[in-house]
Amino acid sequence: MGKTLTGGDIVCEALLNEGVDIVFGLPGGAILPLYGVLGRYPELRHVLVRHEQGAAHAADGYARASGKVGVAFATSGPGATNLITGLATAMMDSVPIVAITGQVGRAAIGTDAFQETDITGATLPVTKHNYLITRVEDVGATVHEAFHIARTGRPGPVLIDIPKDVMQEVGTYDYERDSQINLPGYRIPTAAPDEQIDAAVKLINEAERPVFLAGHGVIISRAFDELKELAEKAQIPVVTTLLGISGFPENHPLHVGFPGMHGEAYASLALDDSDLIIAAGSRFDDRIVGNVNEFATRSKKIHIDIDPAEIGKAVPVDAAVVGNLKHVLAQMIPKANRGSRPEWIRHVEQLKSDHPSLHIPETGNLSGQHVVRGLSNVTKGNAIICTGVGQHQMWAAQHYRFTEPNSWLCSGGLGTMGYEVPSAIGAQLALPESLVWSICGDGGFQMTMMELATAVENRLPVKYAILNNNHLGMITQWQELFYMGDTQADAYTANPDFVKLADAFGMKGMRVDDIDDVESAIEEANAHPGPVIVDFVIEKVEHVYPMIPAGGSIKDLMEDTRV
Amino acid sequence: MSTQSKFEARTVTALVEDRPGVLARIAGLCRRRGLNIASLAVGRSENPGLSRLTFVLEGPPSVVDQCAAQLERLVNVIEAHDITNMNHIWRELALVKVKTTAETRVEVLELSRVFRANIIDIGANSVTLELTGGREKIDSLITLLDRFGIIEVMRTGRVAVLRGTLFEGEEDGQFQANRNWANGVPHEYHITPGVSGSV
Ligand SMILES: Cc1cc2nc3c(=O)[nH]c(=O)nc-3n(C[C@H](O)[C@H](O)[C@H](O)COP(=O)(O)OP(=O)(O)OC[C@H]3O[C@@H](n4cnc5c(N)ncnc54)[C@H](O)[C@@H]3O)c2cc1C
Ligand SMILES: Cc1ncc(C[n+]2csc(CCOP(=O)(O)OP(=O)(O)O)c2C)c(N)n1
Ligand SMILES: [Mg+2]
Repeated sequence: MGKTLTGGDIVCEALLNEGVDIVFGLPGGAILPLYGVLGRYPELRHVLVRHEQGAAHAADGYARASGKVGVAFATSGPGATNLITGLATAMMDSVPIVAITGQVGRAAIGTDAFQETDITGATLPVTKHNYLITRVEDVGATVHEAFHIARTGRPGPVLIDIPKDVMQEVGTYDYERDSQINLPGYRIPTAAPDEQIDAAVKLINEAERPVFLAGHGVIISRAFDELKELAEKAQIPVVTTLLGISGFPENHPLHVGFPGMHGEAYASLALDDSDLIIAAGSRFDDRIVGNVNEFATRSKKIHIDIDPAEIGKAVPVDAAVVGNLKHVLAQMIPKANRGSRPEWIRHVEQLKSDHPSLHIPETGNLSGQHVVRGLSNVTKGNAIICTGVGQHQMWAAQHYRFTEPNSWLCSGGLGTMGYEVPSAIGAQLALPESLVWSICGDGGFQMTMMELATAVENRLPVKYAILNNNHLGMITQWQELFYMGDTQADAYTANPDFVKLADAFGMKGMRVDDIDDVESAIEEANAHPGPVIVDFVIEKVEHVYPMIPAGGSIKDLMEDTRV
Repeated sequence: MSTQSKFEARTVTALVEDRPGVLARIAGLCRRRGLNIASLAVGRSENPGLSRLTFVLEGPPSVVDQCAAQLERLVNVIEAHDITNMNHIWRELALVKVKTTAETRVEVLELSRVFRANIIDIGANSVTLELTGGREKIDSLITLLDRFGIIEVMRTGRVAVLRGTLFEGEEDGQFQANRNWANGVPHEYHITPGVSGSV
């Protein structure tokens, strides 16, 4: 039985039917007909952001933390274009978001009307799919189709652009009818064909030095148990990608670390020494592969991915398995031989002791590594960690000991500075009972710090740890290593006083510049019921090691000479 | 670092939903992969609501093949294949309007007869020919007509279908296929990813 409703009401009803409880957004003229009816749907909580980029990142943080689809609203023109960075971030990291934008009335489309942007055109390359709705009859079905596309297969952001007059017009909404999905060109791989499984398992059973390269797909498909079971049964050490972090417990004896540009040396060396790499839901990003001709030349490769277009894209593979990782691993477990590879496991352990990548060089001054180590100790690996992009992100990835599944949120593929402030808001709303710490760069923090007001307004007890080096630290590192050391454009000489800033936003602020005060400050922040900024004043210029320069190989590995 | 293989003209066919914006998505992807669309033909297919596309993409074969896989990722694309190495037939249609005078007209008509082109229009000072065939055939007719003075050439671009099977139990066009995902991706589909080198 259909209901007769305005387009705006249909959006809200369809969102509720999709199980949405929170939307992040900021209104404007073209989306007002939707905002105008929002009050009729008290089950839909609207979180008013300060900038639409914040809405997209908060929806992203919400989606990563909950596994549900994050939702963002924005108005036409500048509202919609402000979403783009957030959509691109989600696209790169396969995060399910549905963004709904208002558009000028149908008659005005294409006329350079006030606040008109061709947002479906502009977001074509940064969305999994997008729509411009032109009839009120299509609203319900489009919303349901968008959620279906966002969350299934390889997840990703979907944008729906709705002209103002379509939201005002009255049409019918019939959940039974409108939730039927008819997409002839859209396939959702689940289990993989037996031939693919058998070919891959044969390679695993024959391998002497196999290693998992477990990626974000482990987290997306919630394949934690299957990965652990197969790794334990066949005795395969687990290297995770940067986005695969928290897909496998770091206190597990088979856990190795993350490889690549700033990964632990022993994780990169384990890939290089292996005779089989099992890429599980990871896409052989160039930060891992570097020079493809020199990448893990002695190993065969199995690539398990839900997206056939990823297979063979970056590196040649010996066995391709197209399917949902959770299914695929479950298919493999009974077929894999119970393994015993003591020599290989010992070799990996030896790499760890020969290359103490996590040893912190002591200069007497507080460093980013100390702060992350302190956070890890105090929270016992039980916090949800968000980060921005840069040195602090790498130190967080290296020094926090993740033991809880899906507790690590950062922008990997796009490397979006500013992700740290709003993503933590989204994560905290998704997991109200969890302790959420955002490890921030002083640079990235200043890109989105207006969202602190959103945290305060919504009484979200997010803890922000600024690793304040008064620099765009990672840029300084590249300048010093590769561009003759001209660092004048990446030092901040007038950063704000972040403690006063906390006060201005109505939150607790603290400053720490001594190694000995780190853990007590973290404890104090944890005990505080509201949001907190801790301004950790760290070493100004410090490099992240290990490092394999872009396009390099294991031969170019640079380790910290001080450790 | 550049890709390892040389540029080639590859024939790709696709079955897509007949909706606004689909071509823009496809063209956007080809552009992103740096592939030149040398020709493009679109038309309704045997299935209502679905269109078939044939396009000739110029680029390294491995990138074209990868692009076909990425095209299939588009929600409105049902399937896309690089059929260059499959057993297929293709045709192109050209309309050629050529200058004629009382003296040259006979010669032009004679040429069109040899090429089995149809005369579809005769004006006081021109003749328009319609020719179907492979690219080489069309190219040679155009070359031969050149000295009379070509006023306009309009070509449709290639349309292609896989040949029917010769043997029972085989899929159309598949007996020369080199792409078989089921057995893993062969090493020739191997490209050097661009390393962005950015922070
Ligand atoms: C400053 C900086 C430095 C970095 N340095 C490093 C580094 O040193 N090392 C490193 O590893 N990364 C590094 N990165 C991150 C890097 O850029 C990539 O984002 C990351 O390596 C990608 O990891 P991934 O392939 O696991 O995840 P994604 O890019 O998210 O890919 C996930 C893959 O899993 C597939 N998938 C999704 N769902 C499923 C499913 N259900 N079943 C099966 N497959 C599925 C997807 O199709 C995709 O191919 C860095 C980033 C930044 C910003
Ligand atoms: C939006 C955006 N702009 C520019 C960059 C390039 N970039 C990468 S890391 C970095 C420095 C980040 O500085 P900060 O947030 O202070 O972190 P730090 O490296 O100092 O820990 C910059 C500018 C980026 N990744 N994102
Ligand atoms: Mg900094």
